[in-house]
Amino acid sequence: MISSLKTYKTVTPDQVKVWFNAAPVSKFPKNGGACIKYKDKQIAVFNFTREGRWYACQNLCPHKMEMVLSRGMIGEENMEPKVACPLHKNTFSLENGKHLNGGLEAIATYPVKVEGDIVYVGFSE
Amino acid sequence: MKTIIVVGNGMVGYKFCEKLVSREAGKQFKLLVFGEEPRAAYDRVHLSEFFENQDAKALELAPMAWYTQNNIELIVNERVTDIHRSKKSITTASDKEFFYDHLVLATGSAPFVPPINGIEKEGVFVYRTIEDLEAMLSYAEKIKQTNKQGKAAILGGGLLGLEAGKAVMDMGLEPHVVEYAPKLMPRQLDSRSSNVLKLTLESTGMHIHLGKATNKILGNGSITGLDFGEDDTLNVEMLVISAGIRPRDELGKTCNLKMGVRGGIVVDDKMQTSDPNIYAIGEVALYNQMIYGLVAPGYEMAEVAVNQILQKEVLMQKNIDMSTKLKLIGVDVASFGTPYMPADKGLSIIYENKTKGVYKRINVSHDGKTLLGGIMVGDAEDYSILHQMYLNHIPLPENAEELIVGARGDGGSPFGSAMDLPDEAVICSCEGVTKGAVCCSVLEDGNETVKAVAKATKATSGCGGCKPMVADLVKESLKTLGKTVKERICEHFDFSRQELFDIVKLRDINDYYELLDEVGTGHGCEVCKPAVAAIFASIHNETANRQETIQDTNDRFLANIQRNGTYSVVPRVAGGEITPKQLIAIGNIAQKYDLYTKITGGQRIDMFGAKLHELPLIWEELIKEGFETGQAYGKSLRTVKSCVGSTWCRYGMDESVSFAVAIENRYKGIRSPHKFKGGVSGCIRECAEARGKDFGFIAVEGGWNVYVGGNGGASPKHAELLAEKVDKATAIKYVDRFIMYYIKTAKPLQRTAPWLEKLEGGITYLQNVVINDSLGIADELDQEMQALVDSYKCEWKEAVETPEIRERYTHFVNSDETDGNIEFVALREQKMPREWA
Repeated sequence: MISSLKTYKTVTPDQVKVWFNAAPVSKFPKNGGACIKYKDKQIAVFNFTREGRWYACQNLCPHKMEMVLSRGMIGEENMEPKVACPLHKNTFSLENGKHLNGGLEAIATYPVKVEGDIVYVGFSE
Repeated sequence: MKTIIVVGNGMVGYKFCEKLVSREAGKQFKLLVFGEEPRAAYDRVHLSEFFENQDAKALELAPMAWYTQNNIELIVNERVTDIHRSKKSITTASDKEFFYDHLVLATGSAPFVPPINGIEKEGVFVYRTIEDLEAMLSYAEKIKQTNKQGKAAILGGGLLGLEAGKAVMDMGLEPHVVEYAPKLMPRQLDSRSSNVLKLTLESTGMHIHLGKATNKILGNGSITGLDFGEDDTLNVEMLVISAGIRPRDELGKTCNLKMGVRGGIVVDDKMQTSDPNIYAIGEVALYNQMIYGLVAPGYEMAEVAVNQILQKEVLMQKNIDMSTKLKLIGVDVASFGTPYMPADKGLSIIYENKTKGVYKRINVSHDGKTLLGGIMVGDAEDYSILHQMYLNHIPLPENAEELIVGARGDGGSPFGSAMDLPDEAVICSCEGVTKGAVCCSVLEDGNETVKAVAKATKATSGCGGCKPMVADLVKESLKTLGKTVKERICEHFDFSRQELFDIVKLRDINDYYELLDEVGTGHGCEVCKPAVAAIFASIHNETANRQETIQDTNDRFLANIQRNGTYSVVPRVAGGEITPKQLIAIGNIAQKYDLYTKITGGQRIDMFGAKLHELPLIWEELIKEGFETGQAYGKSLRTVKSCVGSTWCRYGMDESVSFAVAIENRYKGIRSPHKFKGGVSGCIRECAEARGKDFGFIAVEGGWNVYVGGNGGASPKHAELLAEKVDKATAIKYVDRFIMYYIKTAKPLQRTAPWLEKLEGGITYLQNVVINDSLGIADELDQEMQALVDSYKCEWKEAVETPEIRERYTHFVNSDETDGNIEFVALREQKMPREWA
């Protein structure tokens, strides 16, 4: 299971080689998240409608290794966007993946862009 | 640069370093620390917590990096073997030599292992270090492989022994505490309090054997039992020795420092040994002919030694306070001052309540003016203030018994306020923080929360026993500044839940972001979103489907998320009454979707292991069979449990099932600050356990008794009697008002029991509100409740019939595949999620 963590590595905008056409905007709930599949990866994509921003991270919560982060509530702490895992309310920064209320390993984050009606997630491979 | 060598990196050795480097003058020394354990200093006081999380890091006092940042050289895994006083040097086990100007011995103590025949057998452990614990843990695993009901004995019924008992229990073994004395914790407790503690501990599954001398340890190679002589034996597979401590004073002996007759390195009130360049602190030091096995005196010794080395005239005080307060397996135990004494030294006032497992004793001087000490078991809430009264010689009130049984009549605590204590009163004895320091931290340094004060003063960071008092002091100090500690639900709303409730109602708001724009800041979080969602639901009775992303995950998907990210499904079975046809329908559906089924505590059937996309399919079938949602996922009415009642039972006084069905259907779907449950029993035998619920009805001769504010859970509480012998309509009316009043005034995630406990005036006040309408809101409460009852709809029916809602139930939005991460394993002809890594 731990090995599945290694599948996920943060991709910064300058490392993007593939902009993956994930789904139309309408597939993502307002002010909430949904999960997409890219190759063997599960990626949680969040639509911060109120702020007009999008974020993406691994769907795997590093605490108990379950694919659940996309179903978590999103929010903000000191203006830093975050997601709360639905299982035990561990919260992670969506800017840098840092675990905000404990010492778990950071989660991987991915760049997102919206062009027209389509949400794209950036991958390095 | 002069060098200080500290031998020993336990709690006291660490405290010495911390105190030294916090002083400007302390930075002039080179500090070299030796520890024989493989890791840096950790919190031994909370060692048994290691079992709960198995996380050695959580016990760490400071990370390795702290030592480097403070220029401290920490050498772990290295034992110091010799001191050469003439050339002021030490040598280590690996034969390295180091020179010192000052030497501080903080070697602590080792468990005392009595010379019992067979003590060397496999399976015998001591309880002192993380390594000891790890060894016990792996041995316990081995035992459990061959014997699921394995037993372990703990030799010693003192404080540490009972802690070890808890540790053994957490390992899944049956704990047997064996004590030589006729009582538990013989140093701290008298026999009556020991007895109360024994009864309470036994009810948690701990076995206690008093007055037993262990003659021999049985077994061939590994332990199989204890022999107490005269054919009295106890079969156990493991033994943990916790029979007291002996100072680790061997270094003192080898270099001829002055030693105590029964061990310990003799120190004076400067913490100096017979060699003025060598200090001894903590459990190795013999001060006043005593070894002090508590953390607070050890920390004070560290403070004295630091000052002496820095040439400041600070001395150890003559009388050392041995008061302690702790929680043993959830039971409060405290003793302070002289816990028990003969009558010629003082008089005692004793309160004992075996039904509640509470014992309190205070010892008062003959003139009745001063407090000499006391004992509390089962309820030590007032420990801090009593302890302070003792330490500061505060005159006792006229009726000293009020200190332990509470003041008679209304109003006023017998204690007065923590603010009445003198400024020099030590509030946190572990860190030696005074009341003055706490208040000053608030008033002058602007620390406005307990957390900030703790960070600045270190108060509460030791055993944590002083937390309530520090919280009081912070609150009261803020008051004198004209500030109040405002209850706010989170950083986005500067309001309590009750205030938000009123705002939502008055301004008729029903959109989260509209509320945030009007009265909040920022963009919200996982705390305020579901709290506001529940407020909207309680006022407008809307289902969780409309604003799904402000709901907690369970509400968002109308199901309970389980360990592997699958969900469980619970249809409503009002009152626990179900027809054979419905049972078959549930069985068929569960079989079709391969769900694990179990009867719940609330008399209904839970189906586990449904994948997200299966939820609407399963519910479509359930609804077709006439079921509706059971709201098992919501902060809302769960179930109304009932006994079979007078329709079948020969003892029944009234029809409990009919009543329970009617009540459950009345309150179903109502969302509240936390879940709430009900119960209806047909007679006082109380088979429905109605008094363990948020509201309960019990049929008696002449009507129904109504109870409110009970729950099971982490702190079980019996419900209190709201009204006696009333008819059904009146009973419902009162409970309507009770629930509505609770919904409007409770904090987020506060159940009715703690809400009622915090309600000023308690049950009497509540009776006045709901029965006598003292606030003049009864009509309003009645109407609000009726509106909720009238607007119920099944949210699952709404979900399966609305395509946009149904669409939410998919794991991927760009693929029809399901989550490949979900794995099940077989379990007793059903299935369960694979274990967590």
